Amino acid sequence: MSREGNRLRIVKSVVIHVALVLFTMAVIYPILQVISISLRPGDRLYSTSLALIPDGATLHAYYAIFFEKPFLLWLRNSLLVSITVTIIGVALASTSGYAFARFRFPGHGAGMLGFLVSQMFPATMLLLPLFILLSKIGMIDAIPGLVIAYVATALPFCVWTMKGYYESIPVELEEAAMVDGTTRAGAFWKITLPLSAPALMITALFSFMTAWSEFMVARVIIQSQNLYTLPLGLESLAGTFQTEWANYSAGAVVVCIPVVALFLILNRYLVSGLTLGGVKG
Amino acid sequence: MRSFWKRHSQPYLFLAPAVAVMLFIVLYPFLYNVYIAFSNMSLYHLRDLEFVGLKHFRTILSEPAIWAVFGKTILWTVVNVVSHLVLGVGLAVLLNQQIKGRAIFRALLILPWAMPQYITALTWRGMFNYEYGSINLGLKAIGLSPIPWLASEIGAFAAPVIANIWLGFPFMMIIALGGLQSIPKELYEAADLDGAGWWFRLRKITLPLLKPVLLPAAILGTIWTFNNLNVIWLITNQGEPADKTHILVTYVYKAAFHYYRYGYAAAFSLVIFVILLSFVLAFLRAGKERTR
Repeated sequence: MSREGNRLRIVKSVVIHVALVLFTMAVIYPILQVISISLRPGDRLYSTSLALIPDGATLHAYYAIFFEKPFLLWLRNSLLVSITVTIIGVALASTSGYAFARFRFPGHGAGMLGFLVSQMFPATMLLLPLFILLSKIGMIDAIPGLVIAYVATALPFCVWTMKGYYESIPVELEEAAMVDGTTRAGAFWKITLPLSAPALMITALFSFMTAWSEFMVARVIIQSQNLYTLPLGLESLAGTFQTEWANYSAGAVVVCIPVVALFLILNRYLVSGLTLGGVKG
Repeated sequence: MRSFWKRHSQPYLFLAPAVAVMLFIVLYPFLYNVYIAFSNMSLYHLRDLEFVGLKHFRTILSEPAIWAVFGKTILWTVVNVVSHLVLGVGLAVLLNQQIKGRAIFRALLILPWAMPQYITALTWRGMFNYEYGSINLGLKAIGLSPIPWLASEIGAFAAPVIANIWLGFPFMMIIALGGLQSIPKELYEAADLDGAGWWFRLRKITLPLLKPVLLPAAILGTIWTFNNLNVIWLITNQGEPADKTHILVTYVYKAAFHYYRYGYAAAFSLVIFVILLSFVLAFLRAGKERTR
């Protein structure tokens, strides 16, 4: 390589790094902004300063949401809903995805298509009839009603992910076990399922996130304040006439920490768990 | 019948729980939605339903305001999905090179995806605030005049678009990164030997080989963006100013749960579904034909 070419390569590398750093800074600015506002003292909520660490930074807003606002109640409701949805979602998607991946049976194509098409339903198309049906059986303003709506939203994507991943696992592994006398269900449970850990993680993460971050359905189904989930609670902080920006931001930071942590921990599974599902479609 | 069951009992048993749930919480509501769409159901007619035929569909087609909403929905979807793809693929290509601190960049750039959408939306609403929002403060700091983002029709549409581009590109980036890792290095080496430039390599190697991964992602992205309620609803505060910033789904949501026009909203939901379905089918067909 000539000296000229070498110099060109270094310049190119520097340009790429600078561009990446600038772009990344722009991307994480809104996140830093939330953290910054959560640290503002009460008398500087309406500040026109652009500094990221505010003057007189304080943790008071965090104290306020835990001890003066019903944040713990919202957290409890959200955890209840999200964990239930995750368990149901993983259980249903891991079994039905297996059927789609390993068997050919009448209704195979129609079933897969059905799951895909239901992803295209605009939210109101399920929400409105569910709302009317739930109110007829008295499940409006109740946590199970919310769980039902979320499972319907999360399940199709999870089934497709699981199916795609199972197809990447050699069927010979199961056949070997079945020669040794294991049943099909046993082979699924002992061999295929453990090997599918990345896809199971994605499925769990996706189900959990659906329930943990959903707002538009919750605000229709839940009305009593003591059943508020975190999204409803935080919106009530940000949405009232007198916006409590510091409290809202502190709540947002606390809500984001577990999902961001999960995302970063599962980061390495994201590529393998998602793309395989995508390619095999 | 018995032999049929014997042959297929296993898959059906594996499927049974999920299918039972889907029948009950997806198919049944869907059919009920069709039923409502042809009835006069509203808050005042919950029990004494009458069959009204195509009345709601005719109302939808005859409202002039609908076409503006429809146009905005298309604009919203196209601008977002194209931006997600361009940013996502571009960043993935950059990150796939020898970059110092690659893992850190990747972890930081994934954060917008990890944040719950409603928090993203509420946070950006604060940032678009005329007086105290950091975007206008930033504009002022570099000597430009502040923009009344949320008060004008165009600004209140641009604001959610910006926020949605921000939250959506990491998904495409991760998908593209996965796809890039499966492209054999030899192809690039061969292109280098032939003295091919980066544009040639992008157009002739990277993009064609990424296509099978990106196509399903782009379709999913289109569906998600087209049906995205959160971002517009929360940033424009339910369609302000004066219900001028709606896309189809937020428009129907408001008709259903704020104006209690159940029959009308159910019919409208069906229309939206058919529009989206035909888009996706056309998209799939175009994708298939070009692969051949």
